[in-house]
Amino acid sequence: MLRFVVRRLLWAVPMVLIVTFLVYVALRVGTNPLASYLRVNQRASAKKIQQYIETNGLYEGFGGYLRGYFQWLQGFVTFDWPRSIKGSREVWPEFRDAMMNTLRLGLTATGIGILIGLSLGVFVALKPGGLRDTTVNTGAFVAISTPPYVSALILQLVFAVYWNRWFGSSLLPTSGVYPPGNRGFDLFLMIKHMVLPVTVVVIQIVAVYTRYMRASLLEVLNSEYMRTARSKGISERRVLVRHALRNALIPIVTVAAIDIGAILGGLIITERIFSYPGLGDFFLGAYDNGDFPQMMPWMFFFTLVVIFFNLVADVSYAVLDPRIRLGR
Amino acid sequence: MDADNTSSDAAVGLTAESLSPGRMAFRRFVRHRGALVSSIILGTMILFVILAPFTARYGVNEAVFKTSIENPNQFLSPRGIAWLGTDDIGRDLYSRLIYGLRVSIFIGLAAAFFGTVLGVTIGAIAGLRGGWIDDVLMRVTDLFLAFPFLVTLLVLRSVMSSVSWLEPFVGKPTSIRFVIVLFVLFGWMGVARLMRGQVLALKEREFVEAARALGAGPVRIVVRHLLPNAIGPILVALTFAVSSAIIGEATLGFFGYGPQPGAGSTSLGKLVGGAKGALLPGYWWLVVFPCVLLVLSTLCVNFIGDGLRDATDPKLDGTR
Repeated sequence: MLRFVVRRLLWAVPMVLIVTFLVYVALRVGTNPLASYLRVNQRASAKKIQQYIETNGLYEGFGGYLRGYFQWLQGFVTFDWPRSIKGSREVWPEFRDAMMNTLRLGLTATGIGILIGLSLGVFVALKPGGLRDTTVNTGAFVAISTPPYVSALILQLVFAVYWNRWFGSSLLPTSGVYPPGNRGFDLFLMIKHMVLPVTVVVIQIVAVYTRYMRASLLEVLNSEYMRTARSKGISERRVLVRHALRNALIPIVTVAAIDIGAILGGLIITERIFSYPGLGDFFLGAYDNGDFPQMMPWMFFFTLVVIFFNLVADVSYAVLDPRIRLGR
Repeated sequence: MDADNTSSDAAVGLTAESLSPGRMAFRRFVRHRGALVSSIILGTMILFVILAPFTARYGVNEAVFKTSIENPNQFLSPRGIAWLGTDDIGRDLYSRLIYGLRVSIFIGLAAAFFGTVLGVTIGAIAGLRGGWIDDVLMRVTDLFLAFPFLVTLLVLRSVMSSVSWLEPFVGKPTSIRFVIVLFVLFGWMGVARLMRGQVLALKEREFVEAARALGAGPVRIVVRHLLPNAIGPILVALTFAVSSAIIGEATLGFFGYGPQPGAGSTSLGKLVGGAKGALLPGYWWLVVFPCVLLVLSTLCVNFIGDGLRDATDPKLDGTR
């Protein structure tokens, strides 16, 4: 078991390096950092340009890419990040604030979403085939087919624009974390601004997890060992909680860990629509400017997250499922 | 599907009601009510879209009437001359939705088809060859699938549009061809993983060995023996690829990175993107109708995919 985890961990290191190098090359080719710099800073002196090329390691050719990558990596791990193209700002403080905002939104939404989704899944799996099942299933299907921006647009239309027309003031704000001009921390205002974006993300997560939970629990309920558990004479409640739910959750932990990319993807879109200053907004803003020094840490961070959760998925599967654990 | 499988049923005397696997699959599909209703709705949509010159009341860029100061034609709410209202320059939304859906469905079908072909090819190679090719391909697939898809699409898009020698193949970043190529490059991975799994499960079976013993090459084995046996899940994946390409185009369009299909045309992405500007002034029809059409079309495709999954899964016979 320990060997398995260590081996996967050791594999993760070259994976991170290879993937981030590929990302580096893709961004260098795709966004052309030098051209973006010249586009934004049109009157930059030759000395400034030279300095920009050197701090970012924008050398040409394959060897140059490799050298540039390692130079970038060294700067990255020592927190000596190159400054952004637009306005020459420090990247880390903005990135950190964006990350905090995204974490707040993402964790709230994921927590609520998974809780509702799993409960709904159990709720319908206990009585499959009926009206309840059909309703929830169809609802989940509609929600899965609805991209986040569509639900966001409809929610904004109802709760902000038309609420304002009907009742004189909008119920919920549609953008930002605080109203413009607000200073300092205000929990109530913050929550009020988070309601709509959280709802949008929750809808997506609930739809997915209801279906996962339903399928997984149904499979467990139809298995032989459920009959064994019942025939031992333990109460139905105990059968459900100790035997059915526990086993049904095993595959879900794994998909949850892999799904992290999809959840983050939904967050990016949601943040953009609600002008919520999180990582998604950060990336899209950087993408529009072709801001290489801002995009590269973002991509590196996401590669780390994705690889880490892939690892968690593998390991958690091994830890939770005795068949795999003993098989190794 | 091949109908001659029934002959084995006949041999053991199961002739009471002889059904080809195709017929059986069809029955299972029809029993899935959502899929049946969706097929009808989608069929109607496709008919409308194909017959666009007749079903649309106005041209793509045609204003409902000539605007004047006392009688402006822009932002009219739904009414007789424009069933679903008009947009910022007085064009009929209903007609534009038909033309937009036409482009979106075309993108969805083309991207899904080529993506599936590419995915099947790569998956078959990975499954048959095994070894390091397999390892590398599957690792790449895992990572690609794990990244937020908008980010992957945007990075791929910028790479494709800045490598100048690719332009003869992929077209301009605003062309429809470019978007299709983009979705093909992005969409083959799921299918590849699926096909690889099927190949691994099937390649040691006797009928494959028999074919190999008779001297069949790898291409023939894949095309004539493995593919027909794996067609069910692949068809399902193809269907879901259609809906994700439609949504993908709409997402790109919504954020302003989508195709700009020329003056004579529009797309769902452009129409949904137009909803952003109509939101705050409260032109609800420009928000609601494109969104509803987008959700409805992807929902129908997804339901059909779900029905196909039931239809191609013989284990479900008798349980539903």
